[in-house]
Amino acid sequence: MTPPTETTTVPTTEVVDTTPTEAPPHPIVEFWRYFSTNRGPVIGLVIIVILVLVALFADVLALHPPNEQYREAFLAPPFWAEGGSTRFLLGTDDLGRDILSRIIFGARVSLSIGFLVVTLALTVGVALGLIAGFFRGVIETGIMRTMDVMLALPSLLLAIVIVAILGPSLLNAAMAVVIVQLPHFVRLTRAAVITEMSRDYVTASRVSGASAFRLMLITVLPNCLAPVIVQATLGFSTAVLDLAALGFLGMGAQPPTPEWGTMLANALQFVQRAWWVVTFPGLAILITVLAFNLLGDGLRDALDPKLKR
Amino acid sequence: MLAFILKRIALVIPTFIGVTLLTFALIRLVPGDPIELLAGERGIDPERHAALRAELGLDKPIVSQYGIYISDVLSGDLGRSIVTKTPVLDEFLSLFPATVELALCAILFAIAIGIPLGIFAAVKRGSVFDYTTMGVALTGYSMPIFWWALLLILLFSVQLGWTPVSGRLSVMYYVESVTGFMLIDTLLSGEKGAFQSAVSHLILPAIALGTIPLAVIARMTRSSMLEVLGEDYIRTARAKGLAPFRVIALHALRNALIPVVTVIGLAVGVLFAGAILTETIFAWPGVGKWLVESVRRRDYPVLQGGVLLVATVVMAVNLFVDILYGLINPRIRHQR
Repeated sequence: MTPPTETTTVPTTEVVDTTPTEAPPHPIVEFWRYFSTNRGPVIGLVIIVILVLVALFADVLALHPPNEQYREAFLAPPFWAEGGSTRFLLGTDDLGRDILSRIIFGARVSLSIGFLVVTLALTVGVALGLIAGFFRGVIETGIMRTMDVMLALPSLLLAIVIVAILGPSLLNAAMAVVIVQLPHFVRLTRAAVITEMSRDYVTASRVSGASAFRLMLITVLPNCLAPVIVQATLGFSTAVLDLAALGFLGMGAQPPTPEWGTMLANALQFVQRAWWVVTFPGLAILITVLAFNLLGDGLRDALDPKLKR
Repeated sequence: MLAFILKRIALVIPTFIGVTLLTFALIRLVPGDPIELLAGERGIDPERHAALRAELGLDKPIVSQYGIYISDVLSGDLGRSIVTKTPVLDEFLSLFPATVELALCAILFAIAIGIPLGIFAAVKRGSVFDYTTMGVALTGYSMPIFWWALLLILLFSVQLGWTPVSGRLSVMYYVESVTGFMLIDTLLSGEKGAFQSAVSHLILPAIALGTIPLAVIARMTRSSMLEVLGEDYIRTARAKGLAPFRVIALHALRNALIPVVTVIGLAVGVLFAGAILTETIFAWPGVGKWLVESVRRRDYPVLQGGVLLVATVVMAVNLFVDILYGLINPRIRHQR
């Protein structure tokens, strides 16, 4: 699945004819050309679009309300298994709730909270990274040492500590995941800013009297975004994973919220008699995370100028 | 060389101080009065409350409170668990070998399978094997391991009945704890079947925990190998007529493994995060499960001390890997 574009295949000795024959393509067109040469990322993108549509139209798609308990159908198996019926396509859980409907509404929870987490981590992280890379000195040391402390703790442990302080809830878990993701964005942005700051175009801009603000936001920032965009995509997948893990541990979304990880919190007691309770919510997590990782891999290959041939 | 090592150690000190600030703040950030938290649900009378406040130094200014905390930590006093009343350090030390044993087996599993897979995928680049392996690796990398662990239990423990569901050893056996590593202790005990029992308890958690590192190692080995295979010295080795196996096993692999070794070293954090989930599912009596339970029981001294200890271990291992990497690779040592 990993795209066949590789770093290594360009022999440095090859003379490339650089005389332009036509106007260079628009950056977006060029991007799409690189992006779409691989099947994996396109598949990832298609899955994500489908997931977003499912989340948006959950009310229409789900056959049952997510928290409706059908007393006559506890632990009903999926429709193809013995004793299953098409009324509950993927079966029901121990409270008689339709699993498919809960998974559909779960897409709404996971995607919206994942989006919130990545947006917050990205905004704050890029701002801090920009400040650290731009001003250097004490400010930089302060910011980067703080990030080092956050990175010294294993991600899930840091999230658990934050939830222990704030109390278990979906939003607090989301805050915890934001804090866990923050250092990655700060580090990436800072590194990119420092590289860009030594470039001639920045010096030129500075000499012609651009203000610090302009230099930071208009001159430098756009050129630092490629790795950040890749990180945001991959961050989305870790956000979904971490939120589900916290939900699973009982430290994220609380019942009866139809969150995929929370749905698995009591699953261990059903491995003996109801495999469907265990299987499907996790499959939803896997597919979502996989889709974002596929997309992230593709974006990295398409946006990384070093890989362009 | 010594200067390099000292510099690396000096860089870790601020981070360690930062972590102590975090754990110091932790118990004070929790909503509610720390004494009442320590007293638990039974409550406490005002006199005893005031006495405890003085005893714990909570009536002193915050800076001297931190000073007391640091000197306690450095002398190995991390407080006592509210639930069991045992010193936190003792609890940690009794549980830590179980986590190390699990993590070691997981990473060995990941290395033993991940590196050969990565090599073959790189050598057979573009083949069906390459695509399949990398597809599976990406899936492994995306795996929610708590679900993966449940699936493993569903298949191997419930459907096939091959392995037990939880714990480290069957209750049929009693093994004296010598090293704390069940695999070694059962061998030392000489009791028939005890070792097999320990292995069968370990195998599923190790696979569950090793899956993500395995995927990372396989991907890393492949890309690193591809990079090296494009180098001039490989072309030279081939041109002078060396056997393909020799070129790959001796010339390429040696250089390709340097980044892989770093990835393996830096996997400690990932392994620990995974151990929290794996131990909870398999009822593995290790540090991860202990910390999750401390949150559930609101046993804040355990959480506070445990977090500090885990962070210290992770930092120490990363430092070790860093120094080792400097020893192997002179380019790193002479940077800056």
